[in-house]
Amino acid sequence: MIYFCQQLLNALQLGSLYALIALGYTMVYGILTMINFAHGDFFMIGAFVCFLLVTFFQLPFVPILLLSMLGVSLLGVTVERIAYRPLRQAPRLSAIITALGVGIFLENLTLAISPYPKYVPEVLPNIIWNIYGVTFSLLQSLTIGLAIILMLILNYIVQNTSIGIAMRAVSWDKNIVPLMGVSVNRIISITFALGSALGGAAGVMYALAYPMIDPYMGVMVGWKAFIGAVIGGIGDIRGAMLGGIILGAVEIFSTSILPSSYRDFVSFSLLLLLLLVRPQGIFGRARSEKL
Amino acid sequence: MIINQYIVLILMYIGINIILATSLNLINGYMGEFSVGHAGFMLTGAYVSSLITVLLVPDQLLIWAFPLAIIAGGLAAALLGLIVAIPSFKTRGDYLAIVTFAFNMIVKSAVENIDTVGGARGFLGMDRLTNPFWVIFWTIICLYVIRNFVYSKFGRGALAIRSDETVAELMSVNTREVKIWAFVISSFFAGVAGGLLAHLIQYISPSMFDIVKSTDILVMVYLGGVASLAGSILGATIFTVLLEILRPLQMWRMVIMPLILIFLMLYRPKGIMGLKEFIYFIPRRERL
Amino acid sequence: MKSRLLFCLLLGCLLLTSCANNNPGSTVKIGLIAELTGSIPSVGASCKNAAELAVKQINTSGGIELNGKKYKIDLILIDSAAKPDQAAAAAQRLITQDNVNLIIGPNCSSNALPASEIAEDAKVVLITPWSTNPKTTYNAKTSTPKKYVFRACFTDVFEGHVLAKFARENLKVTNAAILYDIASDVLKSQAELFKKSFTDRGGKIVAMETYTTSDKDFSAQFTKIKMKKPDIIFLPSYYTEVPLQVKQAHRLGIKVPFLGSDAWSTEELIKMCGRDVEGFFLCNHYSPNSTNPITHSFVTLYQQNYQQIPDDIAALTYDSFGLAVRALQDANSIERTAIRDSLAKISSFEGVTGNIQFNGQTGDPIKGAVILQIANGKFNWYADEQP
Repeated sequence: MIYFCQQLLNALQLGSLYALIALGYTMVYGILTMINFAHGDFFMIGAFVCFLLVTFFQLPFVPILLLSMLGVSLLGVTVERIAYRPLRQAPRLSAIITALGVGIFLENLTLAISPYPKYVPEVLPNIIWNIYGVTFSLLQSLTIGLAIILMLILNYIVQNTSIGIAMRAVSWDKNIVPLMGVSVNRIISITFALGSALGGAAGVMYALAYPMIDPYMGVMVGWKAFIGAVIGGIGDIRGAMLGGIILGAVEIFSTSILPSSYRDFVSFSLLLLLLLVRPQGIFGRARSEKL
Repeated sequence: MIINQYIVLILMYIGINIILATSLNLINGYMGEFSVGHAGFMLTGAYVSSLITVLLVPDQLLIWAFPLAIIAGGLAAALLGLIVAIPSFKTRGDYLAIVTFAFNMIVKSAVENIDTVGGARGFLGMDRLTNPFWVIFWTIICLYVIRNFVYSKFGRGALAIRSDETVAELMSVNTREVKIWAFVISSFFAGVAGGLLAHLIQYISPSMFDIVKSTDILVMVYLGGVASLAGSILGATIFTVLLEILRPLQMWRMVIMPLILIFLMLYRPKGIMGLKEFIYFIPRRERL
Repeated sequence: MKSRLLFCLLLGCLLLTSCANNNPGSTVKIGLIAELTGSIPSVGASCKNAAELAVKQINTSGGIELNGKKYKIDLILIDSAAKPDQAAAAAQRLITQDNVNLIIGPNCSSNALPASEIAEDAKVVLITPWSTNPKTTYNAKTSTPKKYVFRACFTDVFEGHVLAKFARENLKVTNAAILYDIASDVLKSQAELFKKSFTDRGGKIVAMETYTTSDKDFSAQFTKIKMKKPDIIFLPSYYTEVPLQVKQAHRLGIKVPFLGSDAWSTEELIKMCGRDVEGFFLCNHYSPNSTNPITHSFVTLYQQNYQQIPDDIAALTYDSFGLAVRALQDANSIERTAIRDSLAKISSFEGVTGNIQFNGQTGDPIKGAVILQIANGKFNWYADEQP
């Protein structure tokens, strides 16, 4: 029992990280029906910004988190402005390939500037609590807590504010919205800012939990989070959260039962199975094509 | 003019990349799908052909068995391609990307867990059977087959699917059959390329065929131009050569590549030679 | 259309112009393959530093004297980026395009293996400073040792013995757990060799967990290990993975010590782990604070030039060059086969890492190891182990 609880905690921590990134994917997809393949690399940039702030400015935790989120937000908005906006009328494939290009660019730029994997010094005190044999660490609790809080904030914004209504409107029909007096460009920029900020937060928590960062860390994590978002139903916030946690759980529990090399095999096979059974994901809306 | 072995090696890499780019172009370019798991087919071909030459064939017969081993690798990859084609009937775009990506990861992870082929540590022991003759041979075959496919009546269906799948179905294009054939041919040649690469470097490991490799092939295709054989040749060549020439720049060479890609997407979204073709590849009856 | 043709022609010309131009004159060309970029850059940096130091020393003293002529060393460095296929390509390039007389490197076994295959085929001597995997000098196809591949270090077989013996006899532990990388030939074989040696000496392996290279999360594996209550955990990981693993273990409440392999030997590791590795033991190729005069003068020279204490990779690279020079002098020629023959016959070479001896049959030298302890933020010599 203790063992199971401990692994469950591990799963929640990993899952929360995936969930945060998945939220970013889902938001952008919901609004633009575009998979921002560079999102995984935004996450990586978040980790690197965290590294810079810790190493060169020695800031405490909360400023680092906020500044990193801000930094990645700005990056997201800039990328959208330069690379995605011109392609809004172009076929979706071009936008996707551009996103891929942006991702590769970010990876290699970071690699060129910082060729060696970097170590992120500790920021949080190493406090652990022991409850009935299950060990909690401060870092774990913060990660899970942060993910929940951010998701609640995001949900509130989308459901209860006028910006949220505008975002939902854009996701239904992009072309009608300007007729209602809302600037589509502004809404899209805000969406990118929010989504990227979440990715940045994930980057910070990841860097603190797994302190060796390298420019390619976003590739696999990004794809997995994207899959988590799809499992949960792409375009749905609760879906992204749930999907991320499910993926984290699948990874942890498959590693605990089988040798860790089976992890990817199990995760992706399960994912495929799920997609075959329910292609729209858990919370997704079924799409049908009309002739 | 000094033709030394290093240049020959680079030319062989270019040949292999041409095969990869052209085969992916068939699915992503001509058919307009979004397959991102091409390296998975490469992996299959590489491992199957290597296992055959290392474990099954006695040394004396190696030179004769090599083309057969490559074909076997290609067929194994084609079988996998058949399996991947099935989900493509229902899904398009993003979902196919996920399916093919998952497939790439599953194949890679599966091989990593098979200890008899070295698992994640890789497989060694191949002889250096790949030589310029075979590379050129397979490159020409690949170009020939794919070119004939897309200009045939049947293969024209691929372009129709690209434009609008539902309408294609209505116009009596058997979309299922076309997709199956496209995937099978594409993965066959990816397997061939994998086998050639394996017998060139004499070492293969699953991590050589992960999503990064798939992404490289994607870049080659979209750089050179979708739905264009000359485009694939161009893309593969630029990619390989640029990587080698810019070697002194070390890391910065890989920064320039995606910038070129983004630039192209913004101003020339179909790639350098998108949808256009080198005049001698087009059958005579089409040339205007 | 025309511009495209022109473009392709231009590319072709560029290709041809990058052909090698052979450098005449009395030089010995030594190729160096090091992991400068990629996952273990600290290893590559040490290797490069030591190599350049060795070459500078030899060249400033006039060079190596062969047949009455003085030969300077021309060092050609290629980065393998810690990737096997790039290491293989580097070896190929050094042999065919740069026409080197011998190759030193790569360091990590996953790179050294493919590179050694190419060197063996081309009949060019390759000395790997740091690759401990037994397969590097062994020809799997003919089941005989390779003729042209040598190493300056001991093998994992010996290391496994040393560590197991130390754990059982000095630390007196009975139950051990192992966490290793199933995707790495060297780490997997180290784990298995340790397990064999340990159980042969009466110990028990209570948990053998695996991870895959570039994994970041080990919480599941450590949770399992914690449940089995080992006395010590053997962790043969590379220095970039150890901080993640040790910290996660500590966060899960694991308090038992860890035992390290020679892959731990970089200063970077202590910097990154801090107090988390205090007091742990590891097996290594040499101790920087040894009283051996050859070692001491090397350490001092390295510190003067690079302001760092040399790690074992640096020491082994320096010794590789020493071995190469000795082989060249014994052979009195720069011809590749002659170098090979004289290298195989070296019966006693006093290097920075101790006495090195080849027995003429394999490329594995007969030499000893040291046990180091991490104390007060530094590597300290703890014990010597001879074969």
